Amino acid sequence: MSNAVSTAPKTATRGRTEGGQSGQRNAALAWLTLPALFFFLVFAVVPLAGVLILSFSSWDGIGAIGSAGMGNWFSVLADPGLYNALGLTFLIMIASWLVQTPISLLLGVFTAGSQRYRAALAVLYFLPLLLSSAAVAIAFKALLDPNFGLATGLGLPFLARDWLGVPHLALGLVIFVIAWQFVPFHTLIYQGGVRQIPKSLYEAAEIDGAGTIKQFFHITLPQLKYTIITSSTLMVVGSLTYFDLIFVLTGGGPGNSTRILALDMYLRGFRANLMGPASVIAVILVLIGLALALFLQRLGGKDKQGSQLEGM
Amino acid sequence: MSTVLKSSTEETPTGSPANSAPAKRGFGSRMRRLNVPAGLGGWIWLAIIITPVYYVVITSLKTQEGYFGQNPLALPTSPTLENYQLVLEADFAKYFMNSTIVTLGAVIPTVLVSFMAAFAIVRGKGRFLKLVNGMFLMGLAIPLQATIIPIYLMIIRLNLYDSLLALMLPSIAFAIPLTVLILSNFIRDVPNELFESMRLDGCSEWQTMWRLALPLTRPAIVTVAIYNGLHVWNGFLLPLVLTQSPGLRVLPLALWTFQGEYSVNIPAVLASVVLSTLPILVLYVIGRRQLLAGLTAGFSK
Repeated sequence: MSNAVSTAPKTATRGRTEGGQSGQRNAALAWLTLPALFFFLVFAVVPLAGVLILSFSSWDGIGAIGSAGMGNWFSVLADPGLYNALGLTFLIMIASWLVQTPISLLLGVFTAGSQRYRAALAVLYFLPLLLSSAAVAIAFKALLDPNFGLATGLGLPFLARDWLGVPHLALGLVIFVIAWQFVPFHTLIYQGGVRQIPKSLYEAAEIDGAGTIKQFFHITLPQLKYTIITSSTLMVVGSLTYFDLIFVLTGGGPGNSTRILALDMYLRGFRANLMGPASVIAVILVLIGLALALFLQRLGGKDKQGSQLEGM
Repeated sequence: MSTVLKSSTEETPTGSPANSAPAKRGFGSRMRRLNVPAGLGGWIWLAIIITPVYYVVITSLKTQEGYFGQNPLALPTSPTLENYQLVLEADFAKYFMNSTIVTLGAVIPTVLVSFMAAFAIVRGKGRFLKLVNGMFLMGLAIPLQATIIPIYLMIIRLNLYDSLLALMLPSIAFAIPLTVLILSNFIRDVPNELFESMRLDGCSEWQTMWRLALPLTRPAIVTVAIYNGLHVWNGFLLPLVLTQSPGLRVLPLALWTFQGEYSVNIPAVLASVVLSTLPILVLYVIGRRQLLAGLTAGFSK
């Protein structure tokens, strides 16, 4: 195989060298993808198909798996709990995007500057990314204790509330803690994006007399278009996976006020032992994830789609 | 927000012009460019980031009396390590080992198989490789949570339930798409002339991969290794669903159960939070530059 490849005509561009040998060479290369393909197919694609099948089955997690036909789908779709979870999922997704995008965009622009102290700040900004969601949730629970937490520490009585006991407070808290944990990551993405903007654009703008605000809106933002899409895609699709944090922080409560889809699925499946209905929720979760990813890629423009996916 | 916006805009563009001609602009313009609102915004965010971390660390050093009696943000009057002792005696070492085994057992195969796949995708053409690449890209949008029930079923059928291997296999699968993506972006940047000259020397693709692409991709490999390592180390759902025995707990799960058991002893719970983060923090301090450079390049193309 290697001989065949090495005796191929040696032209400058790879495209032209392929010729008749390309088939053999590609076959050799195709083998290299098999190990990765194996893991991915067995433990990601097969489960994906499995979840669809399980959504039409009845299973308690231990015993035999029976058929349920459309039963699970009818019962879940008729369940107001689904719409509560669905609404909360989108609410948290949108709120998270609205909170995190401006902050991380600005911090990214800020830390892309060259002063030393900004570099030092950027190092500290990164800290939350090192913590597990379980650790973050536990830390915030302690921090928000009305008697022994931040409220008394800062002498700010308005902070001394039952954060985890009142539905809208718990929801707000979840959105805040998510931002606390994930803004650093997106800051990093934006920082990288800003650094790739050619300096000459700003120099030209300066000569034309454009002020800094104008420069931001006419150079920085448009240049960051694909960075914004990349970051948003990761953020929005990632928001479907805030499970750990919410599970430890609120457990979905109080009531069902923070019970997002992923959590709803876990509780139905592994707590209530209703794997069939839980699988229905899982299928919905997959569909939402795929739809969002495709939608956001479209936003980037069809022609740029390929390169955008590469950027993700 | 708008003040921050305004100020940070002023900062970016200045990066170059301010640096290129600072002397001529003089002291006055420098002051203007120091830009109070942007700096303020930056420091406020720092306070938001640091306060919880500070609180966790100092509280973990307090006694129960100190916790109940003192100002929560004050430094402990008589710092103690007894909380840490309590946590360490509660099998922390075992959880630490479990986490280490799972992380290494997931990250090493992930990087290895992803590197091979990325190399093939970049170097080859044809429908099959395109299809494989497309599938991995689709994989980016699959939330792990959505597949947890069939994974649970599979792991039971494979007789792997309640084992550390059960945690590694799905972790590998779900880390592959992003890893292939980042690595293939890097390999694509290798000048084609280098590949050509390897071919002239009579090297097979297999040799080219290990002797040329691997060394050149090393920074990216370190990056994806750390990134995936962080994910697996902090993973919660798979251990929660796929293991049961206390002896097989990994750190995040141990943290959670510990919180349930010791919820009256907040300083001890927070000491366990600190302990679970410490190893990652040490690694971060060692590999920070590499990680940040790699992530920046990997995500913001």
